[in-house]
Amino acid sequence: MADNNAYAIEMLNITKRFPGIIANDNVTIQLKKGEIHALLGENGAGKSTLMSVLFGLYQAEEGVIKKDGKEVKINNPNDANDLGIGMVHQHFKLVQCFSVLDNIILGVETTKNGFLQKDVARKKILELSDRYGLKVDPDAKIEDITVGMQQRTEILKMLYRDNEILIFDEPTAVLTPAEIDELMQIMKNLAKEGKSILFISHKLAEIMSVADRCSVLRRGKYIGTVNISETNQEELSRMMIGRDVQLVATKEDKEPGDVILKVENMTVPSKLHHNNAVKKVSFDVRAGEIVCIAGIDGNGQTELVYGLSGLENISNGKITLSGKDITKASIRERSTSGMSHIPEDRHKHGLVMDYSLAYNLVLQRYFEPEFSSKAGFLKKSAINSYAEKLIEQYDVRSGQGAQTITRSMSGGNQQKAIIAREIDKNPDLLIAVQPTRGLDVGAIEYIHKQLIAQRDAGHAVLLVSLELEEVMSISDRILVMYEGEIVGEFDPKNVTPQELGLYMAGAKRKEAAL
Amino acid sequence: MADIKNTKTEKASFFSKPAVQSITASVLCIVIGLFLGYIALLLINPAGATEAIITIIKNFFTYPSKPAALKYFGNTLVKVAPLLMCALSIQFCYQAGLFNIGAAGQYVAGAGASLFCALKLGLPWYVCLLAALIAGGVFGTCVGLLKAFLNVNEVISGIMLNWIGLYIVNMLLSGVKEASSPNTLTLASTNPSAIMPSMGLEKFFSNNKYVTIAIPLAILVAILIKVVLSMTVFGYEIKATGIAKDAAKYSGMKEKRNIVLTLFIGGALAGVGAAFLFLSGYEQWSVAQASVPGMGFNGIAAAFLGGLDPIGTIFASYFIQHITSGGSYIDMNVYPSQISDLIFAIIIYLCGFVLFFKHFMNSRIRAKKNNAEGGNK
Repeated sequence: MADNNAYAIEMLNITKRFPGIIANDNVTIQLKKGEIHALLGENGAGKSTLMSVLFGLYQAEEGVIKKDGKEVKINNPNDANDLGIGMVHQHFKLVQCFSVLDNIILGVETTKNGFLQKDVARKKILELSDRYGLKVDPDAKIEDITVGMQQRTEILKMLYRDNEILIFDEPTAVLTPAEIDELMQIMKNLAKEGKSILFISHKLAEIMSVADRCSVLRRGKYIGTVNISETNQEELSRMMIGRDVQLVATKEDKEPGDVILKVENMTVPSKLHHNNAVKKVSFDVRAGEIVCIAGIDGNGQTELVYGLSGLENISNGKITLSGKDITKASIRERSTSGMSHIPEDRHKHGLVMDYSLAYNLVLQRYFEPEFSSKAGFLKKSAINSYAEKLIEQYDVRSGQGAQTITRSMSGGNQQKAIIAREIDKNPDLLIAVQPTRGLDVGAIEYIHKQLIAQRDAGHAVLLVSLELEEVMSISDRILVMYEGEIVGEFDPKNVTPQELGLYMAGAKRKEAAL
Repeated sequence: MADIKNTKTEKASFFSKPAVQSITASVLCIVIGLFLGYIALLLINPAGATEAIITIIKNFFTYPSKPAALKYFGNTLVKVAPLLMCALSIQFCYQAGLFNIGAAGQYVAGAGASLFCALKLGLPWYVCLLAALIAGGVFGTCVGLLKAFLNVNEVISGIMLNWIGLYIVNMLLSGVKEASSPNTLTLASTNPSAIMPSMGLEKFFSNNKYVTIAIPLAILVAILIKVVLSMTVFGYEIKATGIAKDAAKYSGMKEKRNIVLTLFIGGALAGVGAAFLFLSGYEQWSVAQASVPGMGFNGIAAAFLGGLDPIGTIFASYFIQHITSGGSYIDMNVYPSQISDLIFAIIIYLCGFVLFFKHFMNSRIRAKKNNAEGGNK
């Protein structure tokens, strides 16, 4: 790592405003040559806006951008490209049916008399992939390769264009633990070879392990830059959130009460293949306990919840909620019988994105006498005051209060809105599917607290999670799902993550003790 | 962001209001449409072009006497009523995310049912109106059922039904046509009770006997649709289903039922629209016609020009009918009467740009605001 003070790129005193919000308020980021510089901040802190300014997608109202100490003007992404700035987006921008090689050269093809010179490109790609330890198969099609290899393709794309400044936008969100380790190594190699890396993340452990320095944004404001060697996770999270955060949820021991949800031999057919997605699953959830369904994505958890919530018809079995048979009940009936559901896909199921926040907050209750008259008219003032109450109580932040269009809100606040709506129904059973996915530490802490509060209030909570850490820290009972079946039931106090991992991977199984 | 949100308490400027933007964009479309129409006239014959475009815009005002002008104003209004109903049909379904191109066929079904009841069965106007409502509704329901349960695209099934409707109605009405022409018998001669009452409205239009309660009824329906969409539980559900089908399902709305119901209502609106025209006695149905009447398609234009708002649609429908009627007054020896069709075809085409204009206005406003703030600092 270069320890002189030569900056590859500097963004000085950047201010960018949007209607009702200051996305970046006097933000300064200085990226040294050959360093890995982390950019840390909650969702909605202004990280993406800052990067969009750097790429010329937005123009800052104030502030300057300097490259190698000289002031530059970046009006569009092409300018950024010319300056040697490249980015790996969170969602890859690859042509699915093209090969790795085709994707890498796309836009900068070497040609001779109008014919592609793929051999020249191939040589350069293999050379780069050797030098930086980026293993790819140049002839494999994108749709056939793993997410990790797709990401390496994106990195090669930047290197092929001789970019000196590499931006990684939340690169680990889509990777498996092994792939994350590999990526960290690649990033270190790149820095060693003199590339400057800006690493956008809200995962503290990763920043601690790979970055040299870290700049923190909070609600659009620049909080500060620290050397990683002189800080720790607690300090970083305090800078990011503005207060102390409990990284591990705590809860009192509690004896569970009556059975709230009883599932017997439930089978749910799969939409993707002829096999059943959920096969004869039986379990129950009691009042005052958090039961967690753990498992690797795609082992039937989604369909299990669809079956419980009524989004999908079950082909066999029986579901009982608080003593009432709801096997054949409609979605609305289940909801009014005391089931709340925080859905896996908040954009698709959880919210009507183009409705106002107020309208979304009554999505499960708009038909109740409180919010609509007998004649079928909506009571708008009642809806608005109810929304104001929830916004206040659950600290949902948005640009224009209850009238904000939900689409314009940050992911964390959208999720908070859903949680406010579902919890305020005062349900007997709360089903939460990956409620913390894609959220930052502050929001995760908040959501865990809400789930535990529900449990302490004597409600039953069924949590579906892919994060082992979350499973271990907040559940009272763990059920592991593998290929549509429950292959084990555990007490989190008496099991190790390694043991759970074996069950999740299908290496071990035992019949659920029911 | 609670601490940031109130740093600027700027009032929304006049042009940033969605309604103002829609109107401005629509007016812009109209102006450009007329201008391009004028250029077309110039290309055909430069000498009379200015006069011709003025004639089109003036429509009934070309009559020097006030009573005559009023009478022909009445004629324009008689055709506005069905157009407005078709536009409302499109607009209403569009709110639920459905493109009801089948409105043309539902209109045909309504025409067939109302004329059959009036001429063959000799029923009074309100029964004929109801028959049109049901016929249009049934056509709409067919599309809705196919969409909801078999996921058949409503555009495809709608267009197919347009033709099925046309030929069924031609067959049905060939039993009640005049001996010497392909047109159906007139209501006045066969069954005067089937003509919609005027409640004295004709007096305002120099005793134009075609002016009936159909006109105020159509406007009333527009207001009703506006109320339903913006203030009722049903409107809330319809729009939620249209914007986010999965979220609607998740919240327990019966999205399939809503799709069918929406298309039933859409069909009924178009069907009643046809009855509004044919039960005024203004037109006869020609059983020889080999193409689906354009009224349903023009409704698409009116709905979009009206900014997909029921109230805006009232004015848009009137405007489109106004220049269509105006087109019939220009010198046929020099210009084809289709010139007004051309103009509003251009306007329809430009309607696609309404969104673009809105976007353009928004970005201008934002840039202005940002500059203003930068200056204040």
